[in-house]
Amino acid sequence: MYAQEVKSTGQGVKSLEEMAPDERAFQEKVNAKIKIEPKDWMPEGYRKTLVRQISQHAHSEIVGQLPEGNWISRAPTLERKAILLAKVQDEAGHGLYLYCAAETLGVSRDQMTEQLLAGKAKYSSIFNYPTLTWADIGAIGWLVDGAAIMNQVPLQRCSYGPYSRAMIRICKEESFHQRQGYDIMMKLCAGTAEQKEMAQDALNRWWQPALMMFGPPDGDSVHSAQSMAWGIKQNSNDELRQKFVNETVPQAEYLGLTPPDPDVNWNEDKQGYDYGELDWNEFYEVLKGNGPCNKERLEARQKAWDDGEWFRDGLMAHARKREMRKQAAE
Amino acid sequence: MSNEWPLWEVFIRGQHGLSHRHVGSLHAPDAEIAIKNARDVYTRRNEGVSIWVVPSSDIVASAPGDKEPLYEPSNSKVYRHPTFFDIPEEAGPM
Repeated sequence: MYAQEVKSTGQGVKSLEEMAPDERAFQEKVNAKIKIEPKDWMPEGYRKTLVRQISQHAHSEIVGQLPEGNWISRAPTLERKAILLAKVQDEAGHGLYLYCAAETLGVSRDQMTEQLLAGKAKYSSIFNYPTLTWADIGAIGWLVDGAAIMNQVPLQRCSYGPYSRAMIRICKEESFHQRQGYDIMMKLCAGTAEQKEMAQDALNRWWQPALMMFGPPDGDSVHSAQSMAWGIKQNSNDELRQKFVNETVPQAEYLGLTPPDPDVNWNEDKQGYDYGELDWNEFYEVLKGNGPCNKERLEARQKAWDDGEWFRDGLMAHARKREMRKQAAE
Repeated sequence: MSNEWPLWEVFIRGQHGLSHRHVGSLHAPDAEIAIKNARDVYTRRNEGVSIWVVPSSDIVASAPGDKEPLYEPSNSKVYRHPTFFDIPEEAGPM
């Protein structure tokens, strides 16, 4: 989801008998649902997988501010503007909680930023789509944050303590994001025919990308088994996607909107909604950097990093100078 | 010299008279800005009435391997818990 394609570095899942004593003790802790903490022994693959996943997740929160930030200055009312500002500020906060969690694994903040700017670290494909109308802000809150919650709730039980704790904080704040989005959609759908059309158009464009946030189908998701054994991942991609569809279709119905997929139908046998094949080719293209806004997003991050350099350095120089004066006076 | 802002640990005291509690960490060039950043990052929803920040490098932590020598001794001292003692009902509330 926010980390869609995390390559784990383990060599397939080992049985307890195949493990060296350290690894076995570690795995037994994970199996017993005892949290792994920064100073505990952990397999190198576990550490690397977590650094990749948490940093992708953090980058997604930070880059995710851009499509919504696009509408802060054009929100239709002062109240909507204040709400959107608060939401985007939350995303910044979420990014910071997650960067700190990743830093406990021995990677520095600057290293992670450099990896993002060099295009080596990924962020969620969803943020490479443009926000063309105000209804997109509604659709993002409702669908994108909705999908994020679906994925993040089980991550609160992740085996790695700092990641789990960051997810608990994030989940507490995330519900507001989804509800403010749905509230925008409700308002538009109760408005003029043109406004309702705008809401439908936003659903049409965000439906597929939102379903793809859960990552490739289980059959193609090669790294899941190890992540599950390590307690990093709790549910499969398709499982969460199905859950999301089941919750979202009735919400769309309530709005009087139709998901842009003729195959969305209630399936009595599985007690869930069927949905059509997704265009995974598009997903991989967007991940590779060929989405509609990949270039723009990275340029915006690069510019923020470059423009802020004098400020970061200036404050650091000032802090050092004051520290030296203090020491000289003592 | 790296110009990355150093890391601070943040502790917040909530509304209800409880102790300061560790909530997470953040980067800041100095203590004053660490407090300001902590306000923005960790108290956006009235979570606290007081903030402490401590340079992460100044935190001394016990080693995970010391778990047994540190905590094992208290396991056998069950008499430290009030439920160890049976007080007859006739003695009244205690």
